[in-house]
Amino acid sequence: MKCQKCHNAATLHITEILGEDQIEELHLCEACAHNHLYEPQQKATGIKTASSGHGEEVDEAGLLNRQCEVCGLKFVDFRNTGRLGCPHDYQEFRDELTPLLENIHGEARHCGKTPRRLPHNKQMQSELIQLRKQLLQAVNKEAYEEAARIRDRIRQLEEG
Amino acid sequence: MNLDSLTHTSGEWLRGTGPESDIVISSRIRLARNLAAFPFTNRASTGQKAEIEALLRERIAKLELEPKLSYLSIPALSSLDRQLLVERQLISRELAAADGPRGVALTPQETISLMVNEEDHLRLQVMRSGYSLEEAWHEIDRVDDLLEQRVTYAFSEEFGYLTACPTNVGTGMRASVMLHLPALEYTKQIEKVFRALQKINLAVRGLYGEGSRASGHFYQISNQVTLGKSETGILNEIQSVIPQIITYERQARMSWLRDNRQGLQDKIARAYGTLCSATMMTSEETMDLLSAVRLGINLHLIEAITIPTVNELFIYTQPAHLQKLKGASLDGEERNAARASYLRQRLREAGAHPN
Repeated sequence: MKCQKCHNAATLHITEILGEDQIEELHLCEACAHNHLYEPQQKATGIKTASSGHGEEVDEAGLLNRQCEVCGLKFVDFRNTGRLGCPHDYQEFRDELTPLLENIHGEARHCGKTPRRLPHNKQMQSELIQLRKQLLQAVNKEAYEEAARIRDRIRQLEEG
Repeated sequence: MNLDSLTHTSGEWLRGTGPESDIVISSRIRLARNLAAFPFTNRASTGQKAEIEALLRERIAKLELEPKLSYLSIPALSSLDRQLLVERQLISRELAAADGPRGVALTPQETISLMVNEEDHLRLQVMRSGYSLEEAWHEIDRVDDLLEQRVTYAFSEEFGYLTACPTNVGTGMRASVMLHLPALEYTKQIEKVFRALQKINLAVRGLYGEGSRASGHFYQISNQVTLGKSETGILNEIQSVIPQIITYERQARMSWLRDNRQGLQDKIARAYGTLCSATMMTSEETMDLLSAVRLGINLHLIEAITIPTVNELFIYTQPAHLQKLKGASLDGEERNAARASYLRQRLREAGAHPN
């Protein structure tokens, strides 16, 4: 199993009791577990502040720590650097980016050139992203034969 | 490609030809593109960057373009050669200074440059001498189409071409025109022009792009908005103001000539005189003086030298070019002496054989 916060293997499995019926399961690698356990408990304190009517803060903390499943970028990373991590981030953080784009450009919808191979492109983009993810997992598992197979498939797709 | 050959030519953007070339130095368009299957450069591992570079390099080599592009790996270049490419505007300062596998593919005439692993995986650039945005657009559009047949670009119907920085998303296009505006600057009308441009979302930058000072009275005017407008829409916006700025600059030149011909003539003659005889010359001063001389040539106030020669001097007196010409690395003081001696020699030659 992979760590939920990075791409390392999960070695620690934490069950958090948040409220009466709420539990949260976390699967983390050692480094992330360390951070999680020693960081101020945003989730737990969040719940407290939420009940005392500071809903926005919780959303804020939740948003900043939300992570793109493809590249691992957290929204807070984008806040700090102004750079996104991968094409998928535009989907992952769509709701947050839209007002920002309106601010920068006055519009948030593309109107201009479109790749000629668009339908082909759309299908391929998602397949390629999936394959890249699988490749990374295979490498992490040290399943090199599988990794080689995935890599060949990626090459094949890229060759068009 | 042997970079030393670059020091025998002045490159496309300083050729000094093309429409309105008394005021418009060059027209340039760049497109930002990324591969769908990889993280953006800032989040890619060294291994991934190497993979991106290998893939793009191979696809670029297969492009049906005549003449063929040559690929240069940036880490394999000396820092002097990198600086040379920056001075010629073939690569960005960012690409020169970045880490990891990266490179640039160039045509021999320096009209096309494709940067690999800049902030985006691919930055296409087409440059033309003079005022030729349309021509530059047709060329870059064609190169982009050819590449798109061979790679899968990151694209969404909603946001267009996806880029690492949201300020480039959509068309990924930055179109810019470099203008020489000495008269507007001397007559202090330039600020007014800039304020008007900012109101319509056009950016004004110095010679070497973002954050650089406008030395030699060169200004780049470019679009800021990349999303929600088509490529032609963006070009139309820029093209709707450039002729006006050209007219203002010409008017400012003419009224200066009318009101104070002698003062202007003196200024130009002094600039030329200093360039011909000084023994220490900084890059900044050289730019300012050459700018005055360039104005003088356009106003027929000076005959001893031509525009292509002045343009060449603008680029050859930059630090990396100068060191390439001298074949030695020079520190600041040595450079100033070498620059002055180079200028004296070139101007003596030009004066002996005026065209």
